[in-house]
Amino acid sequence: MAWTRNVLRVNLTNGSITTEPLNMQWANDYLGQRGLATKYLVEETDPTCDALSPDNKMIMTTGPLTGTMVSTAGRYSVVTKSPLTGCIACSNSGGYFGNEMKNAGWDMVILEGKSPKPVYLYIENDKAELLPADDLWGKSAWETDEQIHAKHQDPLVRIAVVGRAAEKGCLFSAIVNDLHRAAGRSGVGTVMASKNLKAVAIRGTRGVGNISDPTKFFKASEDGKKVLAENAVTGEGLPALGTQVLMNVINEVGALPTRNHREVQFEGASKISGEAMLEVRESDGKANLTTNGACFGCTIACQRISTVDKDHFSVKDKPQYHGNSGGLEFENAWSLGSDCGVDDLDAITAANFLCNEDAVDPISLGATIAAAMELFEEGAITVKDTGGMELKFGSAEALLWATEVTVRGEGFGKELGQGSKRLCEKYGRPELSMTVKGQEFPAYDPRGIQGIGLAYATSNRGACHLRGYTVASEILGIPEKTDPLATDGKAGLVKAFQDATAVVDSAGICAFTTFAWTLEDIAPQIDAACEGDWSAERCLVVGERIWTMERDYNLAAGITGKDDTLPKRLLKDAAKTGPAEGRANDLHKMLPEYYEVRGWTLDGVPTDETRSRLGL
Amino acid sequence: MEITLKLYAGLSQYLPENAVKHATKLDVPASETAYSILEKFNVPKESAHLVLLNGVYLDPNERENSTFSDGDTLAVWPPVAGG
Repeated sequence: MAWTRNVLRVNLTNGSITTEPLNMQWANDYLGQRGLATKYLVEETDPTCDALSPDNKMIMTTGPLTGTMVSTAGRYSVVTKSPLTGCIACSNSGGYFGNEMKNAGWDMVILEGKSPKPVYLYIENDKAELLPADDLWGKSAWETDEQIHAKHQDPLVRIAVVGRAAEKGCLFSAIVNDLHRAAGRSGVGTVMASKNLKAVAIRGTRGVGNISDPTKFFKASEDGKKVLAENAVTGEGLPALGTQVLMNVINEVGALPTRNHREVQFEGASKISGEAMLEVRESDGKANLTTNGACFGCTIACQRISTVDKDHFSVKDKPQYHGNSGGLEFENAWSLGSDCGVDDLDAITAANFLCNEDAVDPISLGATIAAAMELFEEGAITVKDTGGMELKFGSAEALLWATEVTVRGEGFGKELGQGSKRLCEKYGRPELSMTVKGQEFPAYDPRGIQGIGLAYATSNRGACHLRGYTVASEILGIPEKTDPLATDGKAGLVKAFQDATAVVDSAGICAFTTFAWTLEDIAPQIDAACEGDWSAERCLVVGERIWTMERDYNLAAGITGKDDTLPKRLLKDAAKTGPAEGRANDLHKMLPEYYEVRGWTLDGVPTDETRSRLGL
Repeated sequence: MEITLKLYAGLSQYLPENAVKHATKLDVPASETAYSILEKFNVPKESAHLVLLNGVYLDPNERENSTFSDGDTLAVWPPVAGG
């Protein structure tokens, strides 16, 4: 269905639950999901508020295409202020939760205030109630999911939940839905737990409706699926090897951050790659990868379903990890693997299981452990701090230990749970934190891929590849190949990716469709579903409007152009190997041009003219 | 001269049986090009989307003309992406 035009508002402080019509003027200007929920947050909250105070709000939101027959249209997002960065946070997830929310009849659920006691929100179509969660507090995400399902006796209830990490204040806690999918980045789970909200459980049976032009929509969505099926990436590559196919690619081009970005190539990359996940283990005769899987309505199916050898030290005598579970994506394999110097595929997979079990962002976790390992090797952290564990690069045992104590909020894990920036500052080595605006880097080193450095520096939610995935062009040749080591033209490239991604994230579909789809493929599907004329050109303007609105939120929160930078290591220390040998990231060559193409001042502030042009 | 050929993802099937970790060593004459090597291993030209010489992308024209130096690595993928 396109917009349901219904918003559920839950005041956790006083327990009131009300409904209201969706602001359709805003829907026309911001489309849905990321854009529309951010507009609500901007209008309803003070950007300077404490992210973990009752003054902050958290919005779970779908897009107009969520729940429709458009491929991958099962997405939802969580929009709030991030406790990790102080920036706007918008974390996007797949699975089945978003579809269920839409089928229950809600475009968004706005959660405000703070409950005096632990609760969970149960929604069954137009009925919603807050139920006690005292018995769920202190439980993992997986245990909570199981208990709520048992209580309601309905396997089709879809549940989004926080784990123990969020309860203990880990600043990069995620919200996990359907056990293995996550609104992962920026600590949205920490915000949820700060409101004493353990879970949101939804059952929706209202079905699909409100399609503007059903006949046109059927054709547009079928045309879209055909494009995905016939594309070599979305039709073959992603189903077979998932995102993990990139491990060897990015290592080969010399942009795989290794040992906290000290190096750009990892000697153990092939052991933790997508190809390695297909190899049969000598120990138990099984491959790491059991099969692929798909989120709601997805015709790509990039999910990994994996096992760990039952006798591997990481899961030995722990039967809860012996079955099939959510396997490694490239980002997780990188952060828990090469960034920590660990080449033990089973250990990394087990660490990823732990992240899912207690709803933690594995990118920030792995990158923070990597920073801790460097602090340890530099002598800034000692075994006195860790309680005896030697946090050495390459140690799978140290990786598993650090993951366990962090996801459970125990001992030194509480310090790791504050993220790389705060950890490195506490131990007197802030320069070792590989972050932008307090958020840890993803799996691409900006020395080997120049444009992604600009994308990281200017990302509205801190370092993030999914805010402007220029890697697609710079490395993979999608939609066209550009030179990863060049800086010319990267300002425009970054802007184009950022604006287009804002549209995708606001529509209710998966970003991975864009390996095959352009806005020329997406716009007809939005246009047929939604009232009004939605051309690719209009979509791009909406994307730019969303991006600029997010920028204005951050500026109001005190995040300025001075924060549009990269760690000194990436700006000054040249890559030691690979095609980028001798190169650092030349952000200074790209950033002024980026501000110019955005219509911002030299300080990175949108001009009045730009705001006026975008209707802001 | 000796070079290393790496074939990944769906192209792994074209590697010889003695390949280790998706790589095999080759003795090639100076006249060899990327495409001529791939042809010897029956890799369809249209499947060679990402062709890297020592990590640097070769565009289709360069694949017809490139010559190798001893110790080079040629790595090839079909269309792939991730995130």
